[in-house]
Amino acid sequence: MMWIVFALAVWAVGWRVNARLAAGPGTRITGLAIPVIFGMTLIAIWEGMVRGLEISPVLLPAPSMIALRFAASTDILWEDFVQTVIKGALSGYILGCGSAFAVAILVDRFDFLRRGLLPVGNFVAALPVIGMAPILVMWFGFDWQSKAAVVVVMVFFPMLVNTVQGLQSSSAMQRDLMRTYAAGYWTTLLKLRLPAAMPFVFNGLKIASTLALIGAIVAEFFGSPIRGMGFRISTSVGQLALDLVWAEIVVAAIVGSAFYGGVALIERAVTFWHPSQRH
Amino acid sequence: MRLTVLPVLTVVSAIFLIWYAAAVWLNAPWAYDKATRTGETLSAQTLVADTWSQEKPKLPAPHQVGAEIWKTTVEKKITSKRSLIFHSWVTLSATMLGFALGTGLGIALAVGIVYNRTMDMSVMPWVIASQTIPILAIAPMIIVVLNAVGVSGLLPKAMISMYLSFFPVVVGMVKGLRSPDAMQLDQMRTWNASPSQTFWRLRLPSSMPYLFTSLKIAMAASLVGAIVGELPTGAVAGLGARLLAGSYYGQTIQIWSALIMAAALAAALVGIIGLVQRVTLKRMGMT
Repeated sequence: MMWIVFALAVWAVGWRVNARLAAGPGTRITGLAIPVIFGMTLIAIWEGMVRGLEISPVLLPAPSMIALRFAASTDILWEDFVQTVIKGALSGYILGCGSAFAVAILVDRFDFLRRGLLPVGNFVAALPVIGMAPILVMWFGFDWQSKAAVVVVMVFFPMLVNTVQGLQSSSAMQRDLMRTYAAGYWTTLLKLRLPAAMPFVFNGLKIASTLALIGAIVAEFFGSPIRGMGFRISTSVGQLALDLVWAEIVVAAIVGSAFYGGVALIERAVTFWHPSQRH
Repeated sequence: MRLTVLPVLTVVSAIFLIWYAAAVWLNAPWAYDKATRTGETLSAQTLVADTWSQEKPKLPAPHQVGAEIWKTTVEKKITSKRSLIFHSWVTLSATMLGFALGTGLGIALAVGIVYNRTMDMSVMPWVIASQTIPILAIAPMIIVVLNAVGVSGLLPKAMISMYLSFFPVVVGMVKGLRSPDAMQLDQMRTWNASPSQTFWRLRLPSSMPYLFTSLKIAMAASLVGAIVGELPTGAVAGLGARLLAGSYYGQTIQIWSALIMAAALAAALVGIIGLVQRVTLKRMGMT
């Protein structure tokens, strides 16, 4: 009972503080502090409710338990991280985004191809591509190559569609200006159209960054060597070691956010000129 | 319209050509293997014929998949466990429930975010952060835990669909509810409109184009959620279960037919939303 009261009290205090902060002038510090306080109250409520209602750790472990488990099994988590993120997701991400980028430039040269591929690409981007995972695991074996292949297939079309759209985004006036400078195809591409395409390209890269992690983890459900985040999650669920599962989820969350944040940072540096980056 | 039909047809037929060629290429080793064991020599013609008609090919040819789909949809009774329509229905119902829940949650959150500044500043960053987490990774755990609590069947899968589909709705609706400009809001004020009137007469109608765009994304995400949600239930029913069972037993044709079925389902669902969108926006005079 004590714990439930504690949780509710934390919630009330946290919300009051946030309401007062939000009513005040919005600075960078409040913009950062409010979500942090909100997140911390959520964790406090979780802890309090699990202890107060005596929820079995088999169903939902308390955050403190997850933190302990995380600290105790960093070696396993690191091994899984290397297997799934570095070998599977990252190599697939680079390969998939790179080839999609190259194909997009090729497609852009031929108007016929572009008109044909864009609707098809849009269609495929909406499909449950993740279903390809069992097939690719069958083709490329259980190790990280098949995970990378799943990631390539998943990120290819969103990236392709975005890049092709981006290459179209320079206006006719700008292209005419390049022509008056007697710029050839390659100069126009390098100096005008690729820079203009960058906001779209980064949009695609951001979407692909979350897809890559999902693809690599889910592909491991269909077969993997005895390491990897997806493998650990599915076997630990079977052993009811939910604290380890949650520790893996924490890793996945950190990696996912860092990945996305990293792409967003590069985007800010590359497309500093775009209105959405100028506050 | 005509400008796109011909290129699209060309691309689609190119895909089929590549598919057939890849089937020959990928299945050829097995065909050669079989031929050397029986002591036959394969001519080019019999090789192609064999690669396109193996029972467990590495890559089934399109007509094999087509035949399998025909066999499991039209020729089987719908109630049969081997009917693909039965499995599609299982997946579809979870998708629809998750989609409805996700859309409801998304709209509710969006309204809260637009009208409450505290909520905007504290919840919105977490909504965005929630999507950088590979949520599908938690799918098996959610299913197992909810099963342990006694919730089984449709709801656990729908929860995963919900988690995936609420995000595009929140983002789209927040944008949409904020889309009326200051002039329009001032106009409402000069009419002495109450907040609820402003909401129902101005904000909600002007958010409709945004809502439909995000509903399409939400629907596609919801289907992915339902399919992945079926994986850890032990391959009982649903398209995801068909995928898993197929991969256990090396039934590639079964995997591909489930995959094509899922694709058709996604296309149909997104198409229906597109249709509703066109009709609604037309009646509202927005197109």
